[in-house]
Amino acid sequence: MAKDNLDRDLFVPAKQDDEGSEKIQRPSLSYWQDAWIRLRKNKGAIFGMIVLFIIFIMAIIGPFFNEKGINDQDLGLSKLPPRVQGLEDVRWLGLDGTKSDTFEASSVEAAKERLRQRYTQRDDEFMTYDVKSDKDGSAEVTGYFHIYEAKGLQDQYYWFGTDTLGRDLFTRTWYGTRISLYIAFLAAAIDMVIGVAYGGISAYYGGRVDDVMQRIIEILVGIPNLVVVILMIMILDPGIISITIALTITGWIGMARIVRGQVLKLKNQEFVLASRTLGSSNTRILSKHLIPNTLGMIIVNTMFTIPSAIFFEAFLSFIGLGLQSPQASLGTLINDGFKALQINPYIMIFPAIVISLIMIAFNILADGLRDALDPKMRE
Amino acid sequence: MAKYIFQRLVYMFITLFIIATASFFLMKQLPGSPFKAEEKLSAAQLEILYEKYNLNDPLPIQYLNYLGNLFQGDLGVSFQMNNQPVTEILMSRIPVSAHLGIQAMIIGTIIGMLLGVVAALYSNSVIDYASNIISVIGISIPSFIFAGLLQYYLGVELGILPVAFWGSFAHTIMPTIALAIFPLAISARFVRTELIEVLGSDYIVTARAKGVSNATLMFKHGLRNALIPLVTVMGPMAVSLMTGTLVIEQIFAVPGIGEQFVTSIMTDDFPIIMGTTLFFAFFFILIILVIDILYGIIDPRIRIAGGKD
Repeated sequence: MAKDNLDRDLFVPAKQDDEGSEKIQRPSLSYWQDAWIRLRKNKGAIFGMIVLFIIFIMAIIGPFFNEKGINDQDLGLSKLPPRVQGLEDVRWLGLDGTKSDTFEASSVEAAKERLRQRYTQRDDEFMTYDVKSDKDGSAEVTGYFHIYEAKGLQDQYYWFGTDTLGRDLFTRTWYGTRISLYIAFLAAAIDMVIGVAYGGISAYYGGRVDDVMQRIIEILVGIPNLVVVILMIMILDPGIISITIALTITGWIGMARIVRGQVLKLKNQEFVLASRTLGSSNTRILSKHLIPNTLGMIIVNTMFTIPSAIFFEAFLSFIGLGLQSPQASLGTLINDGFKALQINPYIMIFPAIVISLIMIAFNILADGLRDALDPKMRE
Repeated sequence: MAKYIFQRLVYMFITLFIIATASFFLMKQLPGSPFKAEEKLSAAQLEILYEKYNLNDPLPIQYLNYLGNLFQGDLGVSFQMNNQPVTEILMSRIPVSAHLGIQAMIIGTIIGMLLGVVAALYSNSVIDYASNIISVIGISIPSFIFAGLLQYYLGVELGILPVAFWGSFAHTIMPTIALAIFPLAISARFVRTELIEVLGSDYIVTARAKGVSNATLMFKHGLRNALIPLVTVMGPMAVSLMTGTLVIEQIFAVPGIGEQFVTSIMTDDFPIIMGTTLFFAFFFILIILVIDILYGIIDPRIRIAGGKD
């Protein structure tokens, strides 16, 4: 047996390291450090943060990238397709500043003729063609109309194109983004201030105060946001102020309920009792002990409220009850683009992409934060 | 339970009363008059019209009249649409919206549930990631963008579905898809999260040890327990359907209640606006009530005891 070949002398007793076994291996991390580490591992959340950061920066500086103002109209420049420097040769991106259409006809020449009629061109000076198929008796031709050259704008670049009134969509899109971001901050502030205070006070003081405050909530919660918003919009002029007021009235109820639940759970725990025994005032207990311990939930809930508020503004503007022309919000821009969708889809595409990116980024960041701030997820 | 429901009904009534009152007084603050479109009317003719519709009475009298009528289910007559009673207009439009809403809700929840189940079964696989991306996109991208894209690609470019209007089943397809995206996304995500948690719990392990087949395990033990929280998201779903009908019906020219509502706001048709507002509020409160009661029925652990929460 192999066992017999082993000499006893080969074995050395292991030294017991009393100090080493007691040593704390992991660095001591606070709740927030721990959450940050978990958040960093979440690729989606990081992607969301980067996207939001870029959009935020673009909303600030985007409108100044060119000298066109938000309301500079020029009907002569209307419905220009997007054109970006350096991407003019990459046709499939659709940023080459041409309008294109495909026609089928009996011959290539007939199809070209129809394309010329489509863009009211007499000759081929500003047209290029791409013959897709050419069989006997049927031909399919895609024509490209170089509208920038035709209008003598060779050195002009409208990155997102222009709308039906000839306004620069790049400038307007980023102006509209500002509105969405304003709504985001507003919704967050309402949640954090009114919602947290209402829920905190209601739960902490309890008794009669809680009863009255909860009855008020029970009545308010049955009133759909939409109804309040529409009623507000009707007495005030439709616009940013009425949306702001409407959000202030209804935006905080969900948060107030969550904070109340949390504070009810926390307020009888030992550390609160200890603090009270030491003579802390109610305000101090609320602001130093109860709210900080609820903060994770507050942040997560706020992050989920923001996209729904942004959607709400865009939705109202889209059906014409929000911001009004000539103001730009992503909702009104999409609505304008929607009317021209069949012929000039690009007018709707860019604002639609921006709002979708904002919504996706907030949602995945919120998901990431929820996972990161949940102590159960700690490994 | 009975006491609890009664209590809830009282709150429901108070809420509706407040909304009715608020909408009445706010509506009176509105600029413009329902007859502003008729430019040819003289002052005397206007006076006759105001008298006819009791618009000259003092406000409190108008308010009491309004409440009295409300109790009898009379929401007044439309100012714009040939004196048609509002109740009649709403009744003719609700079925269309309900058809669309229910169709969207059922299709969305079923597909969403299937997606959630598959994602939970193969969690952390490609299918799971794909379902995750679908649900994030579905929750994030506004329904009117979906509707616009559907209309453009399926209706205009491919021409396989009617672009707008109402009539045949084909007309309902695109609005239904646009409305179903949100319920689909939210139920997929909820079912996935819950199912993963349920499948890891002890009673599932026990059932498996007893030799229960995979299908029974999944549907009888797993899915049934995972569905409970789905009831709670019915609230947001109902709201999304309500806001959804406003836009989607507008986009696809569907003669439903949402399309009527938006038109009425544009034309200052007070009685219809008030009627629809009340209807929306009523619908919303009813959904919340049903959810709370359902919650108690489905999950005995949280059955409300003695009427206290």
